[in-house]
Amino acid sequence: MRKIIGAAALVSLMLSPLLTAQASTPAEDREAFREYFKKNMPSDDLADYKNGIYAFNKDARAQWEEIEEFPPYEIQLDEGEELWDKKFANGKSFESCLGKLDTIRAKYPHFDEKNDTIVTLEGSINKCLTENGEKPLKWKKGKMASLSGYIARAANGQKIKVEVKGDKALAWYNKGKNFFYAKRGQLNLSCADCHVYNASKWIRGDNLGPALGHPTHFPVFRSKWGELGTLHRRYGGCNKQVRAKPFKAQSDEYKALEYFQAVMSDGLEINGPGARK
Amino acid sequence: MRENFRIVSTALSALALIGAIGFSATVSADDMEEGKKLAFNKKKGNCLACHLIPGGDQPGNIAPPLIGMKARFPDKAKLRTQIEEPRTANPNSMMPPFKAHGVLSEKEIDKVVDFIYSL
Repeated sequence: MRKIIGAAALVSLMLSPLLTAQASTPAEDREAFREYFKKNMPSDDLADYKNGIYAFNKDARAQWEEIEEFPPYEIQLDEGEELWDKKFANGKSFESCLGKLDTIRAKYPHFDEKNDTIVTLEGSINKCLTENGEKPLKWKKGKMASLSGYIARAANGQKIKVEVKGDKALAWYNKGKNFFYAKRGQLNLSCADCHVYNASKWIRGDNLGPALGHPTHFPVFRSKWGELGTLHRRYGGCNKQVRAKPFKAQSDEYKALEYFQAVMSDGLEINGPGARK
Repeated sequence: MRENFRIVSTALSALALIGAIGFSATVSADDMEEGKKLAFNKKKGNCLACHLIPGGDQPGNIAPPLIGMKARFPDKAKLRTQIEEPRTANPNSMMPPFKAHGVLSEKEIDKVVDFIYSL
């Protein structure tokens, strides 16, 4: 008997380093995430995941390529250009705050050490406006989406690059990670339930989009919306679909989620605005 | 004593069997139709979102097709549990907790279970 207890103690002692192992790092999470898609999805061409379900639905891809010949978001890109070119009342412009047009999109989202927050492109657009005495734009669509789309288009081909440095940044990352994997709403679904574990599968007449590549193509033109919408607008719609109360665009919850998603899609090409069903 | 027990238990089993037959016979065609509607309705069961169901358009393929249910669930109570509270079998189940989260009422669950069991 004593021998058995002794052996059990020994085994548990050997196991304890495993049980008390440190939580995985963002880099490790990202690697595991990419591996999961590579192994479990119909396509192992990870770079193509910037195209969402078009990575594995040929019919939808053909339709989308036709749509892209005369992009339905073109008018909004023109509006974005006008907004970009227009001087503020004080003579300054978006370029004064955000820098050169083609250098902007890839900087977001990022962690702001001083204010302990996540800075998004849309957040910086409105900060620029208010700091220059202009009225801020509504967050989810319209002019905000047009300008965000124009800025994204100028960065097409550049890659998402997000680094999580320091404990505070890590806390934001973990907040987003928890949000992503937590069950939510009356239907009790996590983001991962649909967009990782069942990505590419059919939910009635629709394919579930892969979470890998989610942030590359926003703002997005959705046929359902008939216009461009921001990533946070889509988050709100997703939360409603699982019958959860959506958070506000640019809330800490959605900013953290955007940050986490960007880390997961680090290295993928920026190709916004996209067009989706 | 033991002999008596056997007689009683046999009698009880027989009664239960009759009861079960009697019960299934009470599922009216209307209730069955109602169960089907609830199962197909996007705002109610929405079973088709994930499961193939004979007679349903554009089924999802996230979860197993709902066919041969009596063979898969010899015990109807287990099917009911799976529909009422899928977390019993799998705490991380993607299937919504229809009862606990009030997606369907008790009576609606009755009808959906009867319909699904008929597949």
